[in-house]
Amino acid sequence: MAETNGEFILKLSGLEPLAVTRASNFINVGERTNVTGSRRFLRLIKEEEYEEALEVALEQVKGGAQVLDVNMDEGMIDGVYAMTKFLNLVASEPDISRIPIMIDSSKWEILEAGLKVVQGKSIVNSISLKEGEDVFFRQARTIKKYGAAVIVMAFDEKGQADNFERRIEICERAYRLLEQIGFPLSDIIFDPNIFPVGTGMEEHRRNAIDFFRATKWIKENLPGVKVSGGVSNVSFSFRGNQKVREAMHSAFLFHGIQAGMDMGIVNPSLLEVYDEIPEELLEKVEDVLLDRKDNATEELLDYADKFKGNIDKKAEEEVWKSLPVEKRLEHALVKGINEDIEKDVFEALEVVGSPLKVIEGPLMDGMNVVGDLFGSGKMFLPQVVKSARVMKQAVGFLTPLLEEEKESNEGPSMARVVLATVKGDVHDIGKNIVGVVLACNNFEVIDLGVMVPADKILDAVEEHQAAILGLSGLITPSLDEMVHVAREMEKKGMELPLLIGGATTSRIHTAVKIDPEYSGSVIHVLDASRSVTVSGSLIQKEASEGFVKKHKSEYEDLRNSHALRQSEKSFISFNDAQQNRWTTDWMEFEPFPPKMTGVQRISDQDLSELRKFIDWTPFFQTWMLKGKYPKILEDSSVGSEAKKLFEDANKMLDWIIEDGKLKAHGVFGIFRANSEQDDVTLELNGKTGTLSFLRQQGKKGPGIPNLSLADFVAPKDSGKQDHMGAFAVSTGDGIKDLVAYFEEQNDDYNVIMVKALADRLAEAFAEYLHFRVRKEFWGYAPDEQFSNEELIREKYSGIRPAPGYPACPDHTEKIKLFELLDAAEATGIKLTESLAMDPPPSVCGWYFAHPDSKYFGLGKIAEDQVKDYSKRKSEPIQEMEKWLKPVLNYDPDL
Amino acid sequence: MEKIKEILSERILVLDGAMGTMIQRKKLDDKDYHGERFKDHSTPLKGNNDLLCLTRPDVILDIHREYLEAGADIIETNTFTSTSIAQEDYNLQDIVYELNVEAAKLARQAADEYSSKDPSKPRFVAGSIGPTNRSASLSPDVQDPGFRNITFDQLRDAYFEQSKALMEGGSDILLVETIFDTLNAKAALFAIQDLEEELGKTIPVMVSGTIVDASGRTLSGQTVEAFLVSVSHVDLMSIGLNCSLGAKELRPYLQTLAKEAPFQVSVHPNAGLPNEFGEYDQSPDQMGIEIEKFLDEGLVNIIGGCCGTTPAHIKVLVELAKKYQPREAGEVVY
Repeated sequence: MAETNGEFILKLSGLEPLAVTRASNFINVGERTNVTGSRRFLRLIKEEEYEEALEVALEQVKGGAQVLDVNMDEGMIDGVYAMTKFLNLVASEPDISRIPIMIDSSKWEILEAGLKVVQGKSIVNSISLKEGEDVFFRQARTIKKYGAAVIVMAFDEKGQADNFERRIEICERAYRLLEQIGFPLSDIIFDPNIFPVGTGMEEHRRNAIDFFRATKWIKENLPGVKVSGGVSNVSFSFRGNQKVREAMHSAFLFHGIQAGMDMGIVNPSLLEVYDEIPEELLEKVEDVLLDRKDNATEELLDYADKFKGNIDKKAEEEVWKSLPVEKRLEHALVKGINEDIEKDVFEALEVVGSPLKVIEGPLMDGMNVVGDLFGSGKMFLPQVVKSARVMKQAVGFLTPLLEEEKESNEGPSMARVVLATVKGDVHDIGKNIVGVVLACNNFEVIDLGVMVPADKILDAVEEHQAAILGLSGLITPSLDEMVHVAREMEKKGMELPLLIGGATTSRIHTAVKIDPEYSGSVIHVLDASRSVTVSGSLIQKEASEGFVKKHKSEYEDLRNSHALRQSEKSFISFNDAQQNRWTTDWMEFEPFPPKMTGVQRISDQDLSELRKFIDWTPFFQTWMLKGKYPKILEDSSVGSEAKKLFEDANKMLDWIIEDGKLKAHGVFGIFRANSEQDDVTLELNGKTGTLSFLRQQGKKGPGIPNLSLADFVAPKDSGKQDHMGAFAVSTGDGIKDLVAYFEEQNDDYNVIMVKALADRLAEAFAEYLHFRVRKEFWGYAPDEQFSNEELIREKYSGIRPAPGYPACPDHTEKIKLFELLDAAEATGIKLTESLAMDPPPSVCGWYFAHPDSKYFGLGKIAEDQVKDYSKRKSEPIQEMEKWLKPVLNYDPDL
Repeated sequence: MEKIKEILSERILVLDGAMGTMIQRKKLDDKDYHGERFKDHSTPLKGNNDLLCLTRPDVILDIHREYLEAGADIIETNTFTSTSIAQEDYNLQDIVYELNVEAAKLARQAADEYSSKDPSKPRFVAGSIGPTNRSASLSPDVQDPGFRNITFDQLRDAYFEQSKALMEGGSDILLVETIFDTLNAKAALFAIQDLEEELGKTIPVMVSGTIVDASGRTLSGQTVEAFLVSVSHVDLMSIGLNCSLGAKELRPYLQTLAKEAPFQVSVHPNAGLPNEFGEYDQSPDQMGIEIEKFLDEGLVNIIGGCCGTTPAHIKVLVELAKKYQPREAGEVVY
């Protein structure tokens, strides 16, 4: 706004003012209220634990943050909702809202949502010339009208600036443009991109220097502006070595501030004081930062090892081998080593006398250590599963002896847990993991497998006198089945606790739909690691009462606040939603005529081709290792485990492919298509069929349409002939035998491994087939050249949404898809009564080719649409309500 | 409106006083408020002072004239609650546009009469824009601090409608006043900027906040300086404080504004603090003593009155204004 005594001052405000002047030193921007940077914050936002999320913000302020960065950019989060909600809550906490907010998003609608709820003068982070001058002008003008400062990234139509010349070129251009529209110069903050140094790449050597030079140039040549940046990027390649990173951050800031840097996004607790950096370390860090030596990086790496605390592995092994047998067993369990297990088990038997004593003694002791380490986050899931494998195999050697002994003795007494994937559902990797983890923690697990009807589950509970029942499911219809099981349990007067888990389940669904049905305790378990503590608390007599009460009351609160929130969200009538459809100038648009129409099968697809298309990140998620591939392999906490797991996976893939253990089959079709309102009529060789799609009904901001997938197909009255496609692929041919093979060997590790890999191959098959459809069969993108990473990030044109998933959550449309393609015959996939695809490693979906087509979440829909939809599908409304229950904004049972 | 800016650099201008106090004196009854037009309106309208612009325009016109006679340079339209949001209480949200146009026309008519009597002292009309009865940054429900009963967009739309009508009726200035929540004010400023784009001209805007108590903060929690920073993205004609406190209590906050603001500074306090009956009873002379201190310190460019002030108060202010030089907009340039 203002220039005082010739100095431009950036003025910001929360409840109190903040002036960024030459005298104000460096401004710290708190970075932890950012879902992309803080796992804790991400989890809290996802689970709607806003109260606790506020504490994260408060910690930042107390820790010295002068501005609070808030970022809600995550695929599974409704960013506009989360930004609005969180900032509204921040406004009610004067201790937090006294400082200005930095509204951080790559999405304009989220930035604007933030601007609409802050009373102070905030900073928008960020805009750029990436999408050209028109968008840039529009956004800058709007920001000015809201009264905020802006961070401009050094990014233009050609990409992100990565050298000195590009940085100053883009910043100068952006400056002139902002000047042109009268944007206050003191409200401009440039982020000239901080990139990592010391990566070993020649072109990265000058990354820090170029940033400093660009900063200096900007401050000298573009009067009024400020410079900011995300500091932790610079030390990216030294992850895992905190000491070096801290030194590097503070050295970077030292030089950055000298060059004129005014503010930065940092974690203040992770900053070494510049003067306290050991001299030698500082010299080597600065050699790298300032590119002072050819071999600076190597020297720093060598030197950095000093701080890593290396342990000599061979010596360690010798030590272990000389320990007494009980300790050796514990070591084998903790490390998951099964080489000497048979020998050690029998040696232990000689020492302690009875097989039962071996199990209850050294083996149980070892598993307790594993359970503790896992519980405290010091061991990761793949290690635990390997430990469990050693345990299972050890018990396997002892079982025959145990049978003999049983005549005179009782077996080990452990609490029993019955686990099942509910009727209609076939997905069970998560349930298997829970089983393994519980078994490691002194529970006896009875796993009933998949597609288990309610009466079978209840019979098993009674037969085994189970202490706990765990239900799992992945697809939405399973939610209803779980409610059904809970009801049946209530009828039978059961009292044992019911645990709910699986990808489609949630705390809120458990609280609102399942908990009221059953008077015993019902607890949603977020992931396998929680299952241990939850089960542990439940079986301890004294502790459990309080635990159960706490959950019942928590769920009641959730139900109440849920009811409130439902009424808070606003919906528009279905008619209005249809009026506000997405549309384009169909007169101007020429749909691409496909190179082929009709249905084509692909039998026995070469798996080695699919392997290249694997997206590994979800694979690591299955194993509860969090991080993105390939970065995860270098991660400071889980990196080494991730690497081992990755090696094992690739060995397994080699074997599966070479020996033909799994076979992949697929089918796809391309059909003439036109939309009429929310239906799409397909036509092939004179035969027609109609697909029905649902439409978003939540109230949207101005200019934002209520989407339906049907919008992406040319309407009939446009007169343009458009097309749509469908596909189904499976890599499940052979999976049953493969799983049985490892089950026989008591090898849960490889059971989970093959299931997880088969899932990845199926997804890869879908990616690969879509790629070929775009390039050859439909052929609208013949020159497409994307890396696998770009494919994963869905950079290509066109989409392949699956029936039952967010854009089209009605599973029953899958029946049409299967009929269209004769998919059961072509691929061997069967649809269960809940319309899950069996075997599990299977994927199906629709193809849309329109360049503007995109994935979206339907959100909730209202009764008027359900009525219309039922009519269009000629199904009773009650039937559709049953299938659509999770997306209804009303309760059809009331 | 270059003229008013020019005059502001030369002398201290005087804003009028309270409308409500003056209407109270007229002892109006239900019939006056309802008039012929709203005689069958189901919601009681007594107390909806803004409506008198339609049902008793003669009364409002007279009050405007009384203030002009007292020497006020700027008179405010009788539209403090004339937004669709505030008028919803009376179920009159549909006539808001008309209400503002007519109110501005009345003030225009009165101001023009006096301007033509003495062309050396031109009179101006400020369209009064109140805060509405809802808050965009405060929850009405203590149990649910994240809840809001109004959104930025709803406020922006309501303010746009009001501003457009006020300009159509002939206002020279828009006065966003008694701001207790800065976010509401930002929505008003957003609407006014939209209107400027639509009309293709700049509109002189006065912004005036209100302080809750001795904490020196707005109801939504901002300090005066934070408030200033939050609304400075618009090139305001003036920024100031009004209502809630008497002149004496406002002084430290006015000093802050005088020191920091890159705009002209205004103040229109209440006639002291309310007595035990909730009435403002500071006499014109008492108020004059306090205001004179501001003038003596060179803190302000525009003075006037809020709750409890009358033409007699304004007359005193007019005399004072003649004696002092206006505040110079400091060393701050923008």
